[in-house]
Amino acid sequence: MLNKIYDWVDERLDITPIWRDIADHEVPEHVNPAHHFSAFVYCFGGLTFFITVIQILSGMFLTMYYVPDVENAWKSVYYLQNEVAFGEIVRGMHHWGASLVIVMMFLHTLRVFFTGSYKKPRELNWIVGVGIFCVMLGLGFTGYLLPWDMKAVFATKVGIQIAASVPFIGELIKILLAGDAEILGAQTLTRFFAIHVFFLPAVLFALLAVHFIMIRRQGISGPL
Amino acid sequence: MSNNRVSRRQFLNYTLTGVGGFMAAGMLMPMIRFAIDPALQTKAEGDFVQTSQKIDEITEEPIKVDFTFEQVDAWYKSDVTEAAWVYRDGDAIIALSPVCKHLGCTVNWAGDSAHPDQYFCACHGGRYEKTGKNVPGTPPTGPLDEYEVAEKDGFLMLGKKIPNTLG
Repeated sequence: MLNKIYDWVDERLDITPIWRDIADHEVPEHVNPAHHFSAFVYCFGGLTFFITVIQILSGMFLTMYYVPDVENAWKSVYYLQNEVAFGEIVRGMHHWGASLVIVMMFLHTLRVFFTGSYKKPRELNWIVGVGIFCVMLGLGFTGYLLPWDMKAVFATKVGIQIAASVPFIGELIKILLAGDAEILGAQTLTRFFAIHVFFLPAVLFALLAVHFIMIRRQGISGPL
Repeated sequence: MSNNRVSRRQFLNYTLTGVGGFMAAGMLMPMIRFAIDPALQTKAEGDFVQTSQKIDEITEEPIKVDFTFEQVDAWYKSDVTEAAWVYRDGDAIIALSPVCKHLGCTVNWAGDSAHPDQYFCACHGGRYEKTGKNVPGTPPTGPLDEYEVAEKDGFLMLGKKIPNTLG
């Protein structure tokens, strides 16, 4: 049945080469943990992506209950965690996954650094990777505020204070982040929410696409 | 063993699809259950709501009785005021929901001066008789819902909505 549907579509649109391009590629021996167990270090990039997918999915589901408003943010998080079935699990996935993404990304960075994979001709991919690193940290920073508990508010206070210490434009950055010159409140929360669920993910998708296209183009770096 | 020997390729295909499917299911199951939770929530309701309407003062002419109750909407609690059309039918007290069975607007007793003894919905001209029975030829497809009624210290209490029992 599925095969028939696939053949029907393939006959018309010739989709086999498309997914072959995406899925069918050689994994060299030196990056295959089945050959050399130590090659597991080459998995960190893929693991980062895997956890990123979990983050995207669990985040999408969390917004079904979450509301970015100073009155109700904490209450909605409390509700979705304690009253909704599996709320603790779904929020837990997003909470712990957020830290794990950073850890995996850092390990991936170390692997690329110590195998020298950032060298010519892959300098551009390193630069894009640094961009992804920054976006991920931004996602972590903006997401931290959303539960609107004491820890979140004070962590954000500190974060914005740090941003405000930038020479010349610090005050401007602070106002743009907080949405107000003095208050860390309603406008900060809506801004952080918008940045967290729309702006940064959009940038992240673009950067990830470039990152993956480049690695496919150039192939994985050779053995040490 | 049968003579259908499983090739290495088949074996790897099955195990990888199986393990991958198991992992994907483990990931998606909590999220999907989380998303469909509103459809599976059990409602604890059926409490009667006190109104300020004295039973003695109810006549055979329907009157609008407002009643207020605390509505819990997930994390948002609020006082909601709804209304019922209440009249006396012999010993029985009848309370009808004012929600039109056409598309959910609110009906009024004698809302149309041409039909002073009927409920009238201003949205699309739906009409109901005093018992809540919809007038044929007007948009509503069924009779107005009824409230369960009770009495406490001479005051009217309203319960949950039930389908019209007056035919």
